[in-house]
Amino acid sequence: MENFKIDVDADGIALITFDVPGRSMNTITASVMRDLAELVKTIKTDANIKGAVIASGKESGFCAGADLGEMNQRGAAQAAAPASEDEKLKKQFEQSFSLNRAYRDLETCGKPVAAAIEGLALGGGLEMVLACHYRVAADNPKIKLGLPEAKVGLLPGAGGTQRLPRLIGVQNAAMMILQGQDKPPQEAKSLGFINEVVAPGKTIEAAKAWVKANPKAIAPWDVKGYRVKDGPFTPGGAMAAVGGNAMVSKQTNLNYPAQRNILSCIYEGMQVPIDAALRIESRYFIKTANTPQAKGMIRSLFVSMQALGKGGNRPEGFPTYEIKKVAVLGAGLMGAGIAYVQAKAGVETVLLDVSQESAEKGKAYSQRIVDKDVSRGKITKEKGEELLARITPSTDYSLIKGADLVVEAVFENVQLKADVTKKAEAYLAETAVFGSNTSTLPITGLAEASVRPKNFIGIHFFSPVERMGLVELIRGKDTTDETLAKAIDYVLKIRKTPIVVNDHRGFYTSRCFGTYPAEGVEMLMEGIAPAIIENVGRQCGMPMGPLEVSDSVGLDTALKIGKTNAELSQQDYKKDPRANLLSWIVEDKGRVGRKGGKGYYEYGEDGKPARIWPGLSEKIEVKVKECPPAMKEELTKRFLFRQCIEVARCFEEGVITDPRDADVGSILAWGFAPYSGGCISYMDLFWGTKKFVEEADRLAKQYGPRFEPPKLLRDMAAKNESFYERFGAKEKKAA
Amino acid sequence: MREAYIYDAVRTPRGKGKNTGSLHEVTALSLATQALSAIRDRNSLDTSKIDDVYLGCVSPVGEQGSDIARIAVLNANYAETVAGVQVDRFCASGLEACNIAAAKVKSGEAEMAIGGGVEAMSRVPMGSSGGSWATDPSIAMKTYFSPQGIGADTIATKYGFSRDDVDAYAVQSQQRAAKSWKEGRFKKSIVAVKDQMGAVLLDHDEHMRPDTTMQSLASLEPSFKMQGEMMPGFDAVIQQRYPEVERVNHVHHAGNSSGIVDGAAAVLIGTKEMGEALGLKPRARILGGASIGSEPAIMLTGPEFVTKKLLDKLGMGKKDIDLWELNEAFAAVVLRWVQAFDLDMEKVNVNGGAIAMGHPLGATGAMILGTMVDELERADKERALITLCVGAGMGTATVIERVN
Repeated sequence: MENFKIDVDADGIALITFDVPGRSMNTITASVMRDLAELVKTIKTDANIKGAVIASGKESGFCAGADLGEMNQRGAAQAAAPASEDEKLKKQFEQSFSLNRAYRDLETCGKPVAAAIEGLALGGGLEMVLACHYRVAADNPKIKLGLPEAKVGLLPGAGGTQRLPRLIGVQNAAMMILQGQDKPPQEAKSLGFINEVVAPGKTIEAAKAWVKANPKAIAPWDVKGYRVKDGPFTPGGAMAAVGGNAMVSKQTNLNYPAQRNILSCIYEGMQVPIDAALRIESRYFIKTANTPQAKGMIRSLFVSMQALGKGGNRPEGFPTYEIKKVAVLGAGLMGAGIAYVQAKAGVETVLLDVSQESAEKGKAYSQRIVDKDVSRGKITKEKGEELLARITPSTDYSLIKGADLVVEAVFENVQLKADVTKKAEAYLAETAVFGSNTSTLPITGLAEASVRPKNFIGIHFFSPVERMGLVELIRGKDTTDETLAKAIDYVLKIRKTPIVVNDHRGFYTSRCFGTYPAEGVEMLMEGIAPAIIENVGRQCGMPMGPLEVSDSVGLDTALKIGKTNAELSQQDYKKDPRANLLSWIVEDKGRVGRKGGKGYYEYGEDGKPARIWPGLSEKIEVKVKECPPAMKEELTKRFLFRQCIEVARCFEEGVITDPRDADVGSILAWGFAPYSGGCISYMDLFWGTKKFVEEADRLAKQYGPRFEPPKLLRDMAAKNESFYERFGAKEKKAA
Repeated sequence: MREAYIYDAVRTPRGKGKNTGSLHEVTALSLATQALSAIRDRNSLDTSKIDDVYLGCVSPVGEQGSDIARIAVLNANYAETVAGVQVDRFCASGLEACNIAAAKVKSGEAEMAIGGGVEAMSRVPMGSSGGSWATDPSIAMKTYFSPQGIGADTIATKYGFSRDDVDAYAVQSQQRAAKSWKEGRFKKSIVAVKDQMGAVLLDHDEHMRPDTTMQSLASLEPSFKMQGEMMPGFDAVIQQRYPEVERVNHVHHAGNSSGIVDGAAAVLIGTKEMGEALGLKPRARILGGASIGSEPAIMLTGPEFVTKKLLDKLGMGKKDIDLWELNEAFAAVVLRWVQAFDLDMEKVNVNGGAIAMGHPLGATGAMILGTMVDELERADKERALITLCVGAGMGTATVIERVN
């Protein structure tokens, strides 16, 4: 056994130290799973052992659960193994059930086993704890105890869905598991899945004391006559089951099989004895793990996010760029938000604007957030003051001196941007980076104003900056690898996830995101009832309906862009029926969107959409008033395909090159159906490029060339090659 | 082709379905027994000639469990050879029981049978029998399970019925029921329920509120708004099946939905020959029956589809039906059915319905079938169509024709 160390004390109590070699954190690796069987056998058969206490040998915590990276790799390997579907499933079951079996063997070993928890226990780690007869945790509110599997499209597959409801009740357990929540020790104790909370450092002692005093411990569900009190056919349990189904349906729009399967594990598992229940859980685990949703979510939301968060797309060979001081040009909404996240990350920040008043106003934005966080106890007053002290609002560009990086966040105006670039560079060191926060203006063009275009890069933040986790970095024609590496170091410093794209109008995110509301307008023009468009938009996994998105962006903004595009392509924008509709709404009806309180929607006094504006039907006759399932499926496809095809075009044009950037970017930037794992995973895993192209061709024939797959996609489809196979070289290198 | 004739129909009055209701003090078995005894006694039946008794019952647990039909047969002192079976097609169970009886008679498996139903809702509450549809995620989510009230409100929203529309219908139901009672239109079928001593316990439908007005209904809060909009949020669930619904308009409440009541009913169905042998006079002929499945989330639109199915099967059209009877589960269910066929409201639910008198789930179908037999005779009409909306998205219907 390389992962567990056994020390038997004078009382015959074995202290099992869980310590996976060569890792900073314990995870349940394949090697741990092998060791567990031996460990349990030893506890059971060694006559010198009267009972056991399991503790961690790591400072970092007890155990963080399954090794998702390993699982991600294994998933890929398994697909190749030739076998009948039935054999494959049974093999998968055996593999998965082995952990359930090991924990169950531990639970029924006939000797008392207690867990001593000094740090986090999550997922398979908490499940190990739940299979012990007694659980002692250190009194430290930072310790996380929970089953987070559902967050990456999985379910707890080592007894979590069975032991937790039996310990704390179906409703509490369902809530925790469905949302992947974790609890601190005191709350875990009052819920009932931790037995005792003691001072940090004392858990082993307390656990040993319990083991010594309880030589004949068995789990409650192994006591003769045990029955689950709140199963689905008990008075209270039935209501909880019905309500749980409805709530999960509402929250997931049925797009997340993990949540549904978690409820099935609980519904079915509460009706049978624990051994049968654990088998049911393992079957649902496999069923869930085999869905494209689980595969996509694990890869994008866990593996890729983690990789990008560690600089997985950073050019190699450049030392880490220390970011100590950054100047932000423009103290508007974006600049103010950027100043806040920098200061929060410990970066000395100069916030510049044309007047001292504007600059101060920008700093006040941070003040408001800090005040709120202090009043809610999220940070201490002192920390808040330190944070604010790092922001210097000013009009004096000479303060830029010594800055490692400048972020320009002035209005989207080429001339204005050129002016501030020149002004700032006068004080900027030759090695420092100049970043422009623009969402649409080509970077190479903006870099023309720079004396050092090699150091010039697009740093595209999303609003509100403090809440949006993504930053899109745009390489201009002259941007060097070194500049990119420095910019990535900056993004990591402020604890955001960077994706890297190449220069193009709208870059990656703005360009692809725009196709979603655009498709909504197409549907509107066809006479589909707006309620159908909005509901299906939300139900297919987008955060808002497409018309609500348009309202949020601003209909006047959309009109302006439409006019500019028409000018660029020398067309009369009024001849385009979409532009015609927009100009009618904006110019004739004065409805500019959410900011004006009226757009496609009517807004209440709280600023929230109250109802779709009935006046729309004056302009567009509603011809499609019903949406049976087949139509819903078709509209869903149109929304998702349209976005994915634009993403594929970005690959063809070299705007984006790494599928991880594309996937993570699509979820974090514009909320593309997170259950899919992102636009690329939707194509790769839900369809496969071959079928995707067939379907896109059909859509193109029926609805127009906007669905036409680019040549790249056709080439890939010919071999049914996936994006991760073709463009995933970086990923492999990282692994 | 063998024909199935209705020789008689009885029903108990309907008691309020709560612990203060008059029938709360008698068992479900007693209710069923009294209905079976009454139909025997008033026809001087030799029960050994009855092959089988089909009783609808939707919550067949507790005292209603374990095949209450056979137990009631024994308790009513029918001949030992009379079999019994409990039938569950949710709200149409009573009509389904009669359709089964008719089908058995027509097929030759039975010569004389009884269809009917019983539900003591004050004693065995609705939902007591559990079931997987709403609780098992594998089916609840797939079918967008939503409670009936949410389905009824969705029907109102989708087909454009306002709160005033459904309330006006409810007022009409109360007025028609009150008038029918006043004129004695139900007296042929009603058999008073007797207590343990044998004294009369209830001789009229006690759920009625004849003085209901639009104003009195206006004060009632919608019943399904909370579970629709807040916890657990069924509106969002049903919108997944009906994305065309921008917002569910919650219009139904206790005053325009069917009442929860206790009651039982029995209908005597047999061949011409057996009727003659027993000295019975046929009252109506069962022309046909049908059931159908419909979209389960909205749940209550089945009557439209089963009506069409049955009329097509019988080669009939709207003009062939004189009286239209649809169980008043919720006002919007009736309004949608009337809208779908463009029916004349003067021919629909002419004696009021479950909004006024209540809906004892397992028995209602047999009760309204009996009501139509009486009404065809009273009003001197030819044919009636009886139908009910059914849980999990179904519809059941029967067409009868007066014989004399």
